[in-house]
Parts: sequence; C-alpha cells; structure tokens
Amino acid sequence: MNLLREAALVAGKDLRIEVRSRVTVQQILPFGLVVLLLFAFALDPHSGTLSKAAPGVFWITVLFAALLAIGRSFSIEAENGARDGLRLSGLDSAALFLGKAGAVVIELAALEALLAAGVVLLFNVGLGGALPLALATVAATVGVAATGTLYGVLAAGLRVRETLLPVLLLPVVAPVLLGATRAWEAAISGASSDAWPWVALLGIFAVLFTGIGMLAFGPLLEES
Amino acid sequence: MTLLNPRISRVLGVAALLSLIALAVFGLFVAPPDAVQSDAQRLMYLHVPSAWIAYLAFGVTALSSALYLWRRTRSPVWDRLAGASAELGVLFTAMTLIMGSLWGRPVWGVWWAWDARLVTTAVLFFLYVGYLALRRVPAPLETRAKRCAIAALVAFVDVPIVHFSVDWWQTLHQQATVFTPTLDAHIHGVMALTLWLGVLAFTLLYVYLLDKRYRLEALEEDLEAKELAKAIEERVQGAGITAPPEHVEVGVGQ
Amino acid sequence: MPPVVRLRSAVCLLGRFPALAGVDLDVGEGEVVLVSGGNGAGKTTLLRLLAGLVPLRSGSAWVLGSDLSEDSKTHRRQLSLVGHETGCYDDLTVAENVRFAARAANVADPPEEEVLHQFGLTPLRDVVHGRLSAGQRRRLGFAIAMVRTPKLLLLDEPHAGLDAEGRAALDAMVAGSPAAGRSVVLVSHELERTRPLAAREVVLTAGQAHGALPESSRAVEGPATELREDTTQSGSRT
Repeated sequence: MNLLREAALVAGKDLRIEVRSRVTVQQILPFGLVVLLLFAFALDPHSGTLSKAAPGVFWITVLFAALLAIGRSFSIEAENGARDGLRLSGLDSAALFLGKAGAVVIELAALEALLAAGVVLLFNVGLGGALPLALATVAATVGVAATGTLYGVLAAGLRVRETLLPVLLLPVVAPVLLGATRAWEAAISGASSDAWPWVALLGIFAVLFTGIGMLAFGPLLEES
Repeated sequence: MTLLNPRISRVLGVAALLSLIALAVFGLFVAPPDAVQSDAQRLMYLHVPSAWIAYLAFGVTALSSALYLWRRTRSPVWDRLAGASAELGVLFTAMTLIMGSLWGRPVWGVWWAWDARLVTTAVLFFLYVGYLALRRVPAPLETRAKRCAIAALVAFVDVPIVHFSVDWWQTLHQQATVFTPTLDAHIHGVMALTLWLGVLAFTLLYVYLLDKRYRLEALEEDLEAKELAKAIEERVQGAGITAPPEHVEVGVGQ
Repeated sequence: MPPVVRLRSAVCLLGRFPALAGVDLDVGEGEVVLVSGGNGAGKTTLLRLLAGLVPLRSGSAWVLGSDLSEDSKTHRRQLSLVGHETGCYDDLTVAENVRFAARAANVADPPEEEVLHQFGLTPLRDVVHGRLSAGQRRRLGFAIAMVRTPKLLLLDEPHAGLDAEGRAALDAMVAGSPAAGRSVVLVSHELERTRPLAAREVVLTAGQAHGALPESSRAVEGPATELREDTTQSGSRT
C-alpha cells in the first residue's frame, strides 16, 4: 500500500538521522533517567511512597521525554528548509504523519524499555501482568506520539514552539497518563482484569488521535 | 461587522443587567439557605450558571471552528466568533473553578476534590489557555484561523475522553442538581427558580459580551485590510506605475 | 499547446506585505524564462507561488494543469524548486538525501548515479550534508531537482556561490531543458551569464512583471503600456 510505503520511507529517514545523531540515546535517555532520580529525591524511597508511585513516576517521565522527542522530530525539519522540501516532495501528508509519529513511537519504545528497567531497579518494583502491561504501554505510546506529532507540526516553525508544545499537548494527553498509570498499577498488583478497561480506553485514544492526525497534518503543514 | 443588530444588542445588554440584578436579589435574599450547607450554598447560583457558560462557550468555539474548516461555510465570521467565545470561555471557566473552590471549602472542608466534573473543568481551562496562546502567535489571518480551528476541534474531542476517564476513576462531586441524566431536579421551588434565573442571566451576559468582542475583532481585521490595500497602492505607485491598484494589467510588446 | 504557467493579476502576501501586486506571466513548454529585478521585487515569492508554497491572494494562477487557487499541491510532484536552501538533512549523506528525494517523488528507476555524476558529486556521495560547503550544497540541490525528472524547473539565483565547474553544469542543465521539454523559470542577478540561456526576460518591479507575456498570447487583455527593458539573445522583443 502506497501510504504505508511512504510512511516507512519517512520513518526510516527519521530513524536513520537518529542513529547518526544519537540525540535520543545521548540526551533524551539521560534526561529521563535523571528525572527518575529526581523523583527519588522528592518522594523519599524510605517511606514506600516511591514504590507505590512508580507507575505514575514512570509515565510522567515518559511524557517529558516525549516532549523532547517530538521537539526533536520537528527541529530536524527546521534545518535547511526541509519543511518546504517535504511539502514539495510529493509525499502524501497522511503518510508523513504516520512516518514521523511512527519514528517517535519507536524512539519512545526504546526509552521506555530502559526507563522501565530503571524503575524496577531503583524503585524496587516488580513488573507483573505482562500482557495488559505491554498492551497498555503500546497503546499509550501510540496515543502520545500521535497527539504529539499533531501538535508538533502545529507548533513547528513558530518562534515560541518550545514553550507552546507542552502547553498544548499535556492537557490533551492527561487521559493517557491516567489510563496508563491505572493499567500499570492493576497489572503490577496482580489484578490484571482491572487493567483491561484502561487498555481499551488507551486503544481508543490511540486510534482516534492517529485518525485525526492523518487528516489534520496536511493542512497544518501548509501555510494556509 | 456585528453579530447582532445594534438595537437588539442594547436590549440584550439591559436585559442581562436586569436579570443579573434579579439574580443577586433572589440569590442573596429570596431563596432560602440550604438545610445542610446554609448560606454557602448560595454560591451555587453563580457557580452552576458559570459552568454552563464555560461549556457553552467551548461548544460555540468548537462549532465555529468546524464551520470555518468546512470549505462550503468557510468565512472569517466563524473564526472571529471562535476567538471571541474562547476568551469569554476562559473567563467563565476560571470563575467556575474559583467559585467551586470557595463553595467546596466550607461544605467539604477541602479547596479541591478529584472528581470527574472538577478535573474536566480544570483541563478545559488549560485547553482554553492553550488555544488563546495559539491565537496570540502572529500569523496571516487565514493561517492562524486554520491552525486555531484544528486545535479547537482536537480539544473538543478530548474533553469527553477526559471526563469519561476521570469519571471511571472516581466521583465525589455533589450529585448534579438540575442537569442529571434523568433530568430529575433535586432542588425545587424558589431555589430552582433562582438557579434558572442565574442560567438566563449569564447566558444573556455571554451573548452580549460575545457580540461586543466579535465586533472588536471585526474592526481590527477591517483595519488590517485597509492597511493592506494602502500598502499595495503605495507599492504600485512608489515604482512610478500608473495602473490602478485593483485591476492591474501588464503591457505586451510594441 | 496550453502554457505550463499562466498567471493573471496574481497577488501574493508575505505576512501583510503584498510581495506580488498583480503579476501576469506565461511560460510555455520547454521555454526558458529569465526573471530579473531588484532586491525585494518579489522574485523569490513568484517562484514560491509557482511551486504552490504560498497561497494566492487574488488573481488567477494555472501551473502544470492545476488551478492554484483550488489545489496547490498536486502539481508539485512535477516541478523542482532550487532555492537558497537545499531542504536536506544534515545527518544524511549526499547519496542518502538524493535517494530520499527520488523515493519520495516515486520516480520509476531514478537516475541517482547520473545526477550525482552530472553535478560532480560522486566523490562526495558519502559526505553528510552538514559537512558540505555552500557551493557543494547548491550542486546537491540541482542533483535532487533533476533526480525528480521535473517538467518545470524553478531556480532562485542558482549561480551564487558556485565555482566554474558548478556553473558549467548548471548552464548545461538549463540549456538542455528545451530539448527535454522542460520549462525553466530562472531568477538571477547575473544577467550577462543568464541572458544567453533564456528565450525571454521578465523584469519584476515592485511586485509586478513586465515583458511577461510572449508575442503569441498578446491578444488577451488590457491596453499596451510602455515596456521597461527587454532584450534577449536574438534581440527580438516580446
């Protein structure tokens, strides 16, 4: 399918740039780990709060890292007039959206794997209930990446983009934070059946905002 | 240039003022104090109508945004309306949150509670703030209008999701008095009357202010258009070309 | 034969400023048109309008079969714009940037090696874009433009920053266009060099064009007015 072929091309381009420039690995990942560490300073590991709050801490850290990843996804298009290049390229805008969001999903997935390891090690938490946990994570990541890519293109090219993106994105993905955290809590505590409704919510959010993104990305990329 | 005929607008303004006065009288004096909450409950007559307007304004912004984006109905009217409504909306949302907090403190003992309605209203506030921040970014009119319209619609889709998700999570808030799903009013008599009076007064106020704000926006755009026409003319004349600005033609060979 | 470009009274805004204040322009198939004019005359905006990158405020614009006031996107696939920036990614190599452009444009059997060779980029193929000099980047811009096999080539001051070899390759690209059925709109200040390449010259002054309509489409509209300047290689006036 042409749409997927083009999306794969764009995602491949973004990921190749990432591999070359190593921004995710050298900057965003350390940032995430530092945030985890700061939470430990803030929430006092001795009192047991940290273990209980681990899912929430994890997902907030992921959200902050996502802000950086999305910002980075669009800052590469800001160089050398690449944004105009994309507009002229002949690529379908829905494919552009899927490709860029897809690359962000992959980068976040890699970050999440390492941050989850960090959470397990630092906060003394066991990650049980693998299936709902994994599905919730995938759905939440897709939801955040899709919504983020949508707002990313909206804010891209504006001088205030770095401060505007968080203000726009974070309120909208609040339900994702809620759902992902509750799903993780349920899965970890062994009550997997409680996690499924949240997984469903996350899935609906992901599908909905991917659809919206595919429609809106083109118009937002254009100047008018 | 205006949403409403100037005479209607004036009548509306007077009606809004009168109904607000009536609301004050009823709310403070005529309606009896609540059996449990005593006088603190009177804040409800401001808080509930304010919440109603907060969501109404949001709906107006979303609907106008949709109408702007749809090619067949595209017109700057909808963009101005969306912006004007959002400004009023953020005000009323802030008022709702503050009054809810003032009401909650004596009644529940807390300034805030984490239930669906409160949280959704708080998120609504931030969605408005984001929208208004976007509107402030300088851009050509059509670009800004399209960008903001899309943002408004995305926010509109998000609000029910927020509400639904928090609702699942927990519910503490006082059971809806008038607007429950079964439309079964828990309050009767004078108190219900006062509440409806509040809704009426606030709605009149909202429409009146909306018209004024819309007019301001339209005037600003008009000024811009005039400046543009002048700029084109200056540019054309500055180069010594005598062709009139609206109909420009270029000569061919001699 | 329908013209590749047909603008009538086109007005384009940059922010609130009328960069194009009513432009008429015709470009035929395989025709090379030189656009000259002072700084701020609107030349870059004209090219961007033709590429569909800036919206048309009023007037009409037909490019490569598309009415730009209705659809400014479909025709982009058939043109290439070489502007001041390359639109490339600093972390990708020359070859990778060319390949991405070719794949994105969905070119069947793209002449990647040929264009690299044509613009002397073969020794640089594995150098990342961020390390290239300005002249090398410009040549990469040409390579990408040509790998897309465009019907319309839009060049914005292409000679700037090029060495003798680069200029020769550029001139060859432009000179070879009529034979290939490719139209070229070339914006330049280097009139000595570019006039011989062009069939016609259009002068943009304060957002309006002079000499923009060739003899054949004269019968259209409006009283004739005095021309500013217009000479071509053969000396014939249009």
